[in-house]
Amino acid sequence: MRDTSVILSGLKLDNPVIPASGTFGYGADFREFYDINILGSFSFKGTTKDARFGNPTPRIAECPSGLINAVGLQNPGVDAVINEELPRLKEFFHKPVIANISGFSIDEYRHCCELVDREEQVGIIEVNVSCPNVRHGGMSFGTSPEAAAEVTRAVKEVTTKPVYIKLSPNVTDIVSIAKACEEAGADGLCLINTLLGMRIDTMRRRPVIANKMGGFSGDAVFPVAVRMVYQVSKACSVPVIGCGGVSSASDVIEMMMAGATAVEVGTANLRNPYACKEIIEALPAEMERLGIERLADIIGIVE
Amino acid sequence: MYKKGIYSIASNEPLTESVWRMVLVGDTQYLTAPGQFVNIAIEGCYLRRPISVCDYDEKSITLIYKVVGRGTEIMSRMQAGEKLDVLTGLGNGFSTTAATECPVLVGGGVGVPPLYNLAKKLHAAGKRVQVVLGFNRADEIFYAEEFAALGVDVHIATVDGSVGIKGFVTDAMKEMEFDYVYTCGPLPMLKAIYAATECDGEYSFEERMGCGFGACMGCSCQTKKGSKRICKEGPVLKRDEIIF
Repeated sequence: MRDTSVILSGLKLDNPVIPASGTFGYGADFREFYDINILGSFSFKGTTKDARFGNPTPRIAECPSGLINAVGLQNPGVDAVINEELPRLKEFFHKPVIANISGFSIDEYRHCCELVDREEQVGIIEVNVSCPNVRHGGMSFGTSPEAAAEVTRAVKEVTTKPVYIKLSPNVTDIVSIAKACEEAGADGLCLINTLLGMRIDTMRRRPVIANKMGGFSGDAVFPVAVRMVYQVSKACSVPVIGCGGVSSASDVIEMMMAGATAVEVGTANLRNPYACKEIIEALPAEMERLGIERLADIIGIVE
Repeated sequence: MYKKGIYSIASNEPLTESVWRMVLVGDTQYLTAPGQFVNIAIEGCYLRRPISVCDYDEKSITLIYKVVGRGTEIMSRMQAGEKLDVLTGLGNGFSTTAATECPVLVGGGVGVPPLYNLAKKLHAAGKRVQVVLGFNRADEIFYAEEFAALGVDVHIATVDGSVGIKGFVTDAMKEMEFDYVYTCGPLPMLKAIYAATECDGEYSFEERMGCGFGACMGCSCQTKKGSKRICKEGPVLKRDEIIF
């Protein structure tokens, strides 16, 4: 029996596979496909203080080996998530969930974290300082070490749950931002969010996406994610959740060898709703092929 | 309820220069209403292609699609016997229990197909069904005979007047009597029908989708009853919730 379990800030996960925020809603859309209790955990849709409709459509542009999205943090707001989504989730998901929180000000991040901190089912708070799709927020906090550290300190003051900061790859030096978050008290880091991208409809001579630019994700970004996870995990001592272009059991193992303790699967869920289930089922055979007894043994094994 | 399944192509043939009909054989139990759609994985394309269901029975699904880009172009080259990975039972579909005795079903271009199974069901339920099909010109017309064969009243409007009434579907609707509107087609057509009619109805919308099953929030739209995902709470919206 191969051991796929990993421990993330004291939280034991049956396996390292975690659907990434924004590709799994609040879980309900996937329960029709499979029993989501097989997951390590999942990171719910980025949640802000107030309800947001998000950006105008079209919000999606297909690319070779990936897609660009400019959803713009559409969500029902933290109160509705706590009063409606989490009680519903409890009925069909019996593991700790990762609460993904976003904001437009330090106070907003703090407010949301304070509220989700009281929720029993929330095991980890993932603080998104890297959404490329909203102005004056999200990514602007994640592109300077000082601002990222300020958010980290603010949310750490209001929660006792582990805080993971989700980092943007749209920076010159992700390591300096990761270190600033660690020094400010982050319990872990999650990377990468999407890469800022753009497509143009050459027939109509205008951007495909209404918001012009959006976040590029999918298989194509995997090498960038592996590189950044490798750099950050070597430079920091807190656990790293690897995210970006993961679509197979082999990718999960590669990401863990680069330094990830757990792995988020995002865009793959959108093209194949069974992606996480298939990855989890394929892990033992892939471990056997590579001579891995315990998945936890390979975390950051690459020098 | 929706599900992924593997389907076998029974036939794939052109109806006009750019519109094709594909018949798939496989599990159809997750299709529960006319106007739903399927989402097809296509080798070489990152995202699936959402295609509305024209008709379905216990073991087959008929799709009619227009070749508009790379994905549908690849689809048009597929042969009978090939297998496809398809998500079925997506979207809400049209209601067949709406309070109506004489509904009009208005389709424009590739908005026509999802009305076929609807017409069949409403006709079987004893409703006095009238259908209005709008096309640009004669050589773009498809399925007019199939609708007529159901025993429903078919009207055609062409922009160039080459067949039927010259003008838009709304021109064909002027002299007609109906108590409910079901429609699917381009946005300007939906807007024109909304403006030209007063009775209740159901409008099927199109939007660029990511996943097709409600996860990515790529196809959200605002309605009078809050935000809705075209792929999940749509594609069919009731008249009283639409914001144009």
